[in-house]
Amino acid sequence: MYSYTDFDEAFVRERVSQFRHQVERRISGALTEDEFKPLRLMNGLYLQLHAYMLRVAVPYGTLNPAQMRQLAYIAERWDKGYGHFTTRQNIQFNWPKLKDVPDILDALADVQMHAIQTSGNTIRNVTADHFAGAAADEIEDPRPVAELLRQWSTDHPEFQFLPRKFKIAVTGSPNDRAVTKAHDVGLRMVRDASGEPGYEVIVGGGLGRTPMVGKVIRDFLPKADLLPYIEAVVSVWNLLGRRDNKYKSRIKITVHENGLEKIRDLVEERFNALRPEFGGVDQTLLKEIEAQFTPPAFVSKPTDAYEAARASNAAFRSWTDTNLAAHKADGYAIVSISIKKHGATPGDATADQMRVMADLAESYGHSELRISHEQNVILPHVHKSDLPAVYAALRDADLATANIGLVSDIIACPGMDYCALATARSIPIAQEIATRFDELKLEHDIGPLKIKISGCINACGHHHVGHIGILGLDRAGVENYQITLGGDGTEDAAIGTRTGPGFPAEEIIPAIERLVLGYLDLRSSPEETFLETYRRLGMEPFKAILYPPEDKANAA
Amino acid sequence: MSRRFTPKVVTANALIEGDVVWLTEDDRWTRTMSEAELIDDEAHAEIRLLDAQRQADVVVGAYLADARAGEDGPEPTHFREAFRTRGPSNYAHGKQVEA
Ligand code: SF4
Repeated sequence: MYSYTDFDEAFVRERVSQFRHQVERRISGALTEDEFKPLRLMNGLYLQLHAYMLRVAVPYGTLNPAQMRQLAYIAERWDKGYGHFTTRQNIQFNWPKLKDVPDILDALADVQMHAIQTSGNTIRNVTADHFAGAAADEIEDPRPVAELLRQWSTDHPEFQFLPRKFKIAVTGSPNDRAVTKAHDVGLRMVRDASGEPGYEVIVGGGLGRTPMVGKVIRDFLPKADLLPYIEAVVSVWNLLGRRDNKYKSRIKITVHENGLEKIRDLVEERFNALRPEFGGVDQTLLKEIEAQFTPPAFVSKPTDAYEAARASNAAFRSWTDTNLAAHKADGYAIVSISIKKHGATPGDATADQMRVMADLAESYGHSELRISHEQNVILPHVHKSDLPAVYAALRDADLATANIGLVSDIIACPGMDYCALATARSIPIAQEIATRFDELKLEHDIGPLKIKISGCINACGHHHVGHIGILGLDRAGVENYQITLGGDGTEDAAIGTRTGPGFPAEEIIPAIERLVLGYLDLRSSPEETFLETYRRLGMEPFKAILYPPEDKANAA
Repeated sequence: MSRRFTPKVVTANALIEGDVVWLTEDDRWTRTMSEAELIDDEAHAEIRLLDAQRQADVVVGAYLADARAGEDGPEPTHFREAFRTRGPSNYAHGKQVEA
């Protein structure tokens, strides 16, 4: 993976030292909060409901074991012994003290990490397919391009005062696991007629208050044109984007208000002006970056032990059925480690668990770890013969939950347990749904189902693209939960549709249970997924399940 | 003419820890809501908020929150403010264990 150059190292250290002085001046009273707030946000430090929160960038979701161990160390030394992995592949620490943050940032810099541009109206951490470099369906590893984008966007002088934040996601596979259509810019690798790889460029996607599926602005962009083209997109929006109203400032609104055609023409014009200026320097840099992402030296050995363990151990078999994905190398598998044990907080890992995952990556995973936007941790390269040992170690660390892609593998934002913007809690809802379906022992029967929960309209929990989305609201001083159905975050992206009136906290779990059990009766066969059934039948039968007539009578 | 004023407390987060604090009648910042000053006059509330905002080296983000008189002192009326008196619901962290 990418290693900092001397330039990167000096830049990050310089920023930490600047921030150390800014914190000192804030504590001494020399800086007011109004003066300090933009400075702390530039360094990923938020103030939440009960404490500060530090958001640390995990560029394109890739970590090495030393970095994971350092996160564990930070969690123990300066926080409460755990960290929260987010839907933007970042990690958040929920309890840092202001005076300790400069030391935390130095500890991060020790392992080539930082919290820069995890906030503010800048280009945020570039996210990528969490199976990048490993997936069987991949055309090319998208991470070199993600790293190129990271270097280009970090401290880019033109893009430090954008109309609003700007999020880029990239996938090297035609099957989109990076929700590229819900980003300001999404890049999906495809091949042209001659088989050359390039990018489909998607623009103007986004969730939040006005959810929109991104639109294809360029069917095929040759790889070499990527950086000037993206710069053209951002600079067109930088000029056109509205700064008068933050709800209308994201590029999705700019595209909507101006029309895709106009934006496309402006981008092409700007691109033609910019392209000669790049003069190939970006491609030279990309070559250097690519050299740091060479695939690991895959080995070839028998997989008999794996097959034998599957045959003899039902729990192991079940885990391999749900938590493995197809790897491009023979004999290898991609392991998704669920940090969604039934009843636990989605995305939270303790320091001990982080160390176990780091050790496993080192012993069995070519020293690579990934964070998924679905808030799980990935070991991208594990030989199948090592899976029984990996499983045993995960089980000992309480990390062997076999639920990837199932009803309890819920995305939940921090909601009102932490987030100052929240209108309701989301974590307890996720905990209760997972616990309930574990009791019912039905989740494997139910099959693939994505539930996503946000604690406010900002939609950090991606509820719009959940097969079942849940949005927590404040209705006259009471937590209330609105359900959407039919959302999809893949290459067939769709925004979910509201079912009708929301449910108070004590009714939302039974409502979800009714909905899912109802689906079991509606599906045409055990193979038909929840989403497929919804697409075949539409909203009506699900509505009838959610709002039975007698309830209506009672509610009147 | 104007609507009846809902009683308020002045609340903020402590500068260093970020912990929730409330302003007391004798100008201290307390970590326990019941010790806060319950303000039922609108003009006085504005003055107390200004008093709080002047203390930028001690607290962050002072604001007026709705409250009501309880047996032991002011109590929250909204669930958000109630959570701020306790801490998160997924772990025994924050005030619920530190108080
Ligand atoms: S969706 Fe809302 S409540 Fe949840 S993390 Fe985002 S801003 Fe906070």
